[in-house]
Amino acid sequence: MDFYFGMAQLIGVHTLLGLSAYVVLLTGQVSMAQAGFFAIGAYLAAMLTVLAGWHIVPAMLLAAVVSAVVATIVGFPALRVKGLMLVVATLAFGEAVRIFWFNFDYQIAKGNIQVGPLGGEGFKQIRYFPENGWSTADVALFIWAWVIAAMVALWWMDRSRAGSVLRAVGEDELAAQSAGINLTAVKVSAMGIGGFIAGLGGGIYAHYTTHIEHLNFGVVLATFAIAYPILGGLSSVIGVLIAVIFIQGFLVEVLRFMGDWRNLLFGALIVLAMNVRPDGLFDARATRTLRRLLGARDA
Amino acid sequence: MLELRGLSKHFGGVRAVDDLSLTVGQGEIFGLIGPNGSGKSTTVNLICGVFPATSGAVLFEGRDITDAPSHRVVAAGIGRTFQNIRLFGDLTVWQNLWVAQNSVEERDAGWFARWLGGQRRGRDYAGDLLKFANLGDRADELARNLAFGEQRRLEMARALAARPKLLLLDEPAAGMNAEEIGQLAGRIRALRDHGMTILLVEHVMELVMGVTDRIAVLNFGQKIAEGAPAEIRSDPAVRTAYLGTADA
Repeated sequence: MDFYFGMAQLIGVHTLLGLSAYVVLLTGQVSMAQAGFFAIGAYLAAMLTVLAGWHIVPAMLLAAVVSAVVATIVGFPALRVKGLMLVVATLAFGEAVRIFWFNFDYQIAKGNIQVGPLGGEGFKQIRYFPENGWSTADVALFIWAWVIAAMVALWWMDRSRAGSVLRAVGEDELAAQSAGINLTAVKVSAMGIGGFIAGLGGGIYAHYTTHIEHLNFGVVLATFAIAYPILGGLSSVIGVLIAVIFIQGFLVEVLRFMGDWRNLLFGALIVLAMNVRPDGLFDARATRTLRRLLGARDA
Repeated sequence: MLELRGLSKHFGGVRAVDDLSLTVGQGEIFGLIGPNGSGKSTTVNLICGVFPATSGAVLFEGRDITDAPSHRVVAAGIGRTFQNIRLFGDLTVWQNLWVAQNSVEERDAGWFARWLGGQRRGRDYAGDLLKFANLGDRADELARNLAFGEQRRLEMARALAARPKLLLLDEPAAGMNAEEIGQLAGRIRALRDHGMTILLVEHVMELVMGVTDRIAVLNFGQKIAEGAPAEIRSDPAVRTAYLGTADA
């Protein structure tokens, strides 16, 4: 049973990561910095609970706010670059964040052990959940409460005017400006919202793994972050969840028996999935079908 | 209402618009014509703040909007359409209008309502616009699935969604048949009757000569003539610009 709860935790956290990239991607910005924001959320939230003794909820929220602020600041220079140049710039930022944590030491004595981030050794003993007697099921439920809250919020935003505005900017910036949209405000807000969600995801991640290190937040994670919304199709938040389940639940776990061959097949299956469903696993048509089934009216 | 003062735009050595001055009065339908590459679209882009002017100034209702970013120009009351249609293809017809309504709501709704707004007021106005653009039954269709003529009408409706006082139409009749041009002329006159000022950039002489009050003619970025349609039609400089000289 713990295996399934573990799986649910992983899928939940990666869904938050994917959602953070989804918001930014709607405005046409491919950001490889999401793993960096995720790392900021992870380290800060863990430091607040372990070193400062905070409750996990305020710790996660404050860490997410800091991530959002950093993302907003990154959003401004990112306005000046587009396409591949933006990918390179955000990738560089994400790596800078990783290197920062690689070099960052801040340990204090707690009982007879030293706790806190220690550069390349990472940040061990993030024992908030075991110390407070949370079971694996409790943790999984806690994670999914956040995931559902984030999905509902973004689903609602998608259906509101804000969702159309983000998509309009993603489709045609010149036309969007001429329709009276303030590009700077929209793109930077999207980065900020994305940073907040990534920060939340990171905060939970640090606590359920109990040990984080800079290598967790590299290019692979950044690639996953944007792969989820792209593979999921950009038509709905549900697509992100389906893509995470497909990659983390199916490709990673089910193919585990293949050993090292898994990574090869993994790439091939993603390419295959994109070819079979070029608009993503869960495309606009699927969204409309789902809405019809739920009896909702198209906005 | 709109005044261009010595407006110039140079792209490297090319003087796309060169020392252009003109004044468009309140409630006027003003035509801007000229051969291909004469600087008409560049002029529209300069007014809308798509790129900065090399020199000169754009004044709208007496205010200098030369260096204002596009969204501020829209908020000031200038709407535009594009020569090559630029709709949000993956949004529905209705969402295309919704997106453009922020300037309307900016005036009477709070920040939060504006950002998340699904306001009924906006919905009613969008409904009126769809009727005006003869797209009443297409509201839930994706914009990219519309026929060419419908797309042109939607783009005009989107420009109107922000309630502009001045509407810039960049070749709205391109690719239209005679019947559609007739309808377009009717729509342009109806807008003027609602108190709107219109700057019409156009190649189709039938439309320009039929609806405008005054016309300015550009050639190589400079204004070579200005006057009522009848005067422009008989102007020798205009004939030369369009047809070339006898020995050219």
